[in-house]
Amino acid sequence: MSVHDFIRERFFPHMWCAGCGHGTILNGLIRAVDELGIRKRNLVMVTGIGCSARISGYVDFHSLHTIHGRALAFATGVKLSRPELHVIVPMGDGDGLSIGGNHFIHAARRNINLTALIMNNRTYGMTGGQFSPLSGLGIKASTAPYDNIDNSFDVVELAKAAGATFVARTTTFHVNQLSDLIKAAIQHKGFSVVEIFTQCPTYFGRKNKLGDAPQMLQTFKERTVPVGSPKKQEDPSLIERGIFVNIERPEYCDEYQKLLERTQEA
Amino acid sequence: MAKKKLKQHVINRNWCKGCGICVSVCPKKVLELDELDKALAARPEACITCKLCEKICPDLAIIVETEEVDEEAKPHE
Repeated sequence: MSVHDFIRERFFPHMWCAGCGHGTILNGLIRAVDELGIRKRNLVMVTGIGCSARISGYVDFHSLHTIHGRALAFATGVKLSRPELHVIVPMGDGDGLSIGGNHFIHAARRNINLTALIMNNRTYGMTGGQFSPLSGLGIKASTAPYDNIDNSFDVVELAKAAGATFVARTTTFHVNQLSDLIKAAIQHKGFSVVEIFTQCPTYFGRKNKLGDAPQMLQTFKERTVPVGSPKKQEDPSLIERGIFVNIERPEYCDEYQKLLERTQEA
Repeated sequence: MAKKKLKQHVINRNWCKGCGICVSVCPKKVLELDELDKALAARPEACITCKLCEKICPDLAIIVETEEVDEEAKPHE
């Protein structure tokens, strides 16, 4: 099957800017779903609000475009009522970690079998390039013209600490790893998080003089290393990508089913 | 053994936004942007069908079509 069998072609060309990495994530996600051989009718995509959230409109799966930051809450409802469906929840950095920060940590704590993708472009692109909880120190944004003084979250550490049982990170430059990690995340039983660095040349790139989309991708290539690479010891500012956590713990829907069976027997 | 060989690059000019990502990632410099800033396979003969352009294109505008070629057909020495 080709990519075109999984998208709603009538909405193309999509609304993302030229060079926006979100399209590359859509591309990688579709390849992952294709390679896994999951039927479209067994897939649900739930998104919140933002540039990233528009992804649910472009895929030909069951899709829910919900309210800002609450995609995981809606997804939890879908999964609990229909545990046999695969539920994928792509979120932006602001949508997922700021507005939806609480939903994120609690979905991780419950270890509910959802696939959360954090499309991290380090800014609120749709509303004009405000800084987000993942922008980081010293970053320029429309709301931080003289440098951002907020520390950023580390999504991997946050997800680990909150109890996610699969945590990975990659970038839109590493397209083979991108689809492989999404595949592994979908197959994992439990709450899985994949953080994907994606470029916003329109706001984040322009405000911080990072060049055009190809230059921003080059930066992803140069500033990231595979997990456990010796280069990380030499230069601690490099960011690791790969799988950080992959463990088994009781899953929420299973536990709920067991509880139902036990109480109905009594 | 069957080997993959390039058939053609199918580029959807209506979807391409001319970001130039495909041009920058191609290891063999096969692609260029034309005068309208649309991706164009300028040197298809150099293509090694790695499909990096197809996989990274944010506009889903490139498909690298391949065909199987039978290496047994070649004279073997």
